[in-house]
Amino acid sequence: MKAFKKLWRLIFLSATLTVALCACGGDKAGDASAHITIGIPQDLEETLDPHEAMAAGTREILFNIYEGLVKPNSNGELIPAVADEFSVSDDGLTYTFHLRKGVKFHNGSDVTAEDVLYSIGRNADPSSETAYASAFSNVKEYKADGENIVITLNQKDNDFLQSMTIGIIPKDVTDIATNPVGTGPYMYVSRSPQENVILKRFKDYWGEKAYIEDVTLKICSNADSIVMDLLGGSVDFFARITSAQAAQLKDADFNIEEGTMNLVQAMYLNNAVEPFTNEKVRQALCYAVDPKEIINLAFDGKGTELGSSMFPAFGKYFVKEINDVYDVDLEKAKELLKEAGYPDGFSFTIKVPSNYQPHIDTAQVIAEQLKKIGVTAEIKLVEWESWLSDVYIGRDYEATVVGVDASQMTARAMLERFTSDSSKNFVNFKSDAYDAAFNNAISTTDDAKATEYYKECEWILAREAANVYIQDLAEMVAINKKYTGYEFYPIYVLDIAKIKPVK
Amino acid sequence: MKYVLKKIGTLILTLLAVSALVFFAFSLIPSNPAIARLGTEATPEKIAKLMHDMGLDRPVLERFGSWILGILHGDFGTSYSYNQPVTTLLSEKIGVTLLMSVMAILITCLLSFPLGIYVARKSDSKLDVLFTTINQIVMSIPSFFSGILITLLFGLILKVFTPGGYVSYKKDFLGCIGYLIFPAFAIALPKISMVVKLLRDTALKEADKDYVRTAYSRGNRTKAVFYKHVLKNAIIPVITFLGMTFADIIAGSIIVEQVFRVPGLGRILLTSISGRDYPVVEAIILLLATAVVVSNLVVDLLYKKFDPRIHV
Repeated sequence: MKAFKKLWRLIFLSATLTVALCACGGDKAGDASAHITIGIPQDLEETLDPHEAMAAGTREILFNIYEGLVKPNSNGELIPAVADEFSVSDDGLTYTFHLRKGVKFHNGSDVTAEDVLYSIGRNADPSSETAYASAFSNVKEYKADGENIVITLNQKDNDFLQSMTIGIIPKDVTDIATNPVGTGPYMYVSRSPQENVILKRFKDYWGEKAYIEDVTLKICSNADSIVMDLLGGSVDFFARITSAQAAQLKDADFNIEEGTMNLVQAMYLNNAVEPFTNEKVRQALCYAVDPKEIINLAFDGKGTELGSSMFPAFGKYFVKEINDVYDVDLEKAKELLKEAGYPDGFSFTIKVPSNYQPHIDTAQVIAEQLKKIGVTAEIKLVEWESWLSDVYIGRDYEATVVGVDASQMTARAMLERFTSDSSKNFVNFKSDAYDAAFNNAISTTDDAKATEYYKECEWILAREAANVYIQDLAEMVAINKKYTGYEFYPIYVLDIAKIKPVK
Repeated sequence: MKYVLKKIGTLILTLLAVSALVFFAFSLIPSNPAIARLGTEATPEKIAKLMHDMGLDRPVLERFGSWILGILHGDFGTSYSYNQPVTTLLSEKIGVTLLMSVMAILITCLLSFPLGIYVARKSDSKLDVLFTTINQIVMSIPSFFSGILITLLFGLILKVFTPGGYVSYKKDFLGCIGYLIFPAFAIALPKISMVVKLLRDTALKEADKDYVRTAYSRGNRTKAVFYKHVLKNAIIPVITFLGMTFADIIAGSIIVEQVFRVPGLGRILLTSISGRDYPVVEAIILLLATAVVVSNLVVDLLYKKFDPRIHV
């Protein structure tokens, strides 16, 4: 029996030793210039093809792998990338891009005019079904002329240059969806579903090379454990944290940087159901809801009030004054309700996607504010997938609180949604004045005039109270003090190449 | 032999029932994988086309038939959200979960037997009340909660490991084990106290039996009686208990994986459910069901072997 006891003691001892040894072997923070772990809230989608991927969360990462002939900088301006210069003819129909010399793909081959034509062709081909196909439907002809790429349009399009941000890919790589090859500062190494995506610095990048050698994009789908991951040191960087999370990180080794999310958060109203068919009811809600109070109560005072479907990053298209169309005026709101035939108020349901806490918080404050004019709002949380199918596609809802952004940095991408025949018009907004102004905007060839028409569209959305506009949410980014250099973009982009070690 | 065949027969029937249940449950849920994938880009035409590409526009029975046929050939279909075969997708994840479960079982065995024996031997001392109380407390703490406590204590205060710092076992096997020890321990904790309690109780019950008195009367000392006679009989139910626990541990690890951010089966199961990635969900549930049914079968067979007196 002694032997029996001894054996147990031995096993016990070795087991404890293993724990101790293994635990010590865990990787401690290494050289900051060698590696960074960036937390991302969801996995990338199934395809990493730059012309197919649609999810914003995927595109913001692909930005580091692929480049177009031009690409946006952090001011939202388009700068030459794979092309080193470009020109537009006076009539606005012919675009000429000159290919930059010495641009290499991640697989080592040089970028040729054929690769560029192939990349454009994938989208411009009449049978193309890529995410960009509609933007390219205006292309009449595209051809190579020596080192120049010449693209001719059917009609003038002030936003066409935006489309040339599509990634240039080599024509001889057939499995681009699973084996991304581009020209960007980072190259794709591998991915493990729901675990991570690994990137490596591209050493032959034509421009300013990235600072950090290896990048691990770690999927942190559990929002509650993000703070612990950051504090524990397994994640160095996380974009879009909440103000509560930011407060928890402030005293630790993290810098919190603030920017804007670049979206329009609003209580979107289904303009086709009672009582929201009545413009006066919608206006009454606008008079009763106080965005300032929402921002103060639910977002620690951080956020930019909005009055229409446009946010400040759009520069010349943004009109600050629209925000003053409705100042909180409960008497006027009640008056409008009475005129509309609802002197005692009414009740309705706000469907909110359950995975977006900021929108849930906002809906709760709105519900409180509406009580003051006798309107009862019941909040119903729905799964994101049900939100898509019921609210967004089925349009079976009364009101919802979400943020809407633009897939491209064009006023058109932002405002086309509210034309009465748009398939994306999930609020069923219908206004002849709006349709007319929008058509004027897209058909005019004069950029200044187009801008005026777009602004008119924004005014109409506000005056006719298409939705109850709230704010452009503040974006807070947690970045370990070992790193610096992160830049906010006006579109959904996570530019890893700009992040550098402090020393 | 007839007994074994009969058992295997019911096993196959059970699995078939489970697979049918899983499959048809998802065709009843009002949701659409095509919409989940297209997101805000979805238009009726795009949805229709994608549904056709995914083969979702075929009748339910036809889809079920081809799914079952595929499984018989080892093909669980293709994941919607990763565009790769479910088998490839899950093979690495299964490894993680299995490794963690095996470690949990090992920890349970290593700790519970000596502890259980010690507690059983001390059952007539004053310490017994203390031991039973501690044991009850440990048993009633769910493993996800002890997981949180372990993360707090060892991860954030003592900094023995980095919470969320999981490394793949393919990359660094020792590092992976070093990380998984903590979740495995969290899973093992309640199991350990269950085994300790079981061992103590059965040992006490055995100690009252006639053969024990006989053993004493032959002049054996207490220690010898305990190890040679009491323990031998008391250990049989414990072994069957451990067998059944294995399936329980695999299923339970799914929750603990969330606490420790281990990218095993649990993580992919949850995201696949919210992403409506049915082929993946169906495969995982079928796998878990298989684990439960098979380990029950093994336990049944073991039971018969250990104690021929009992007919199952």
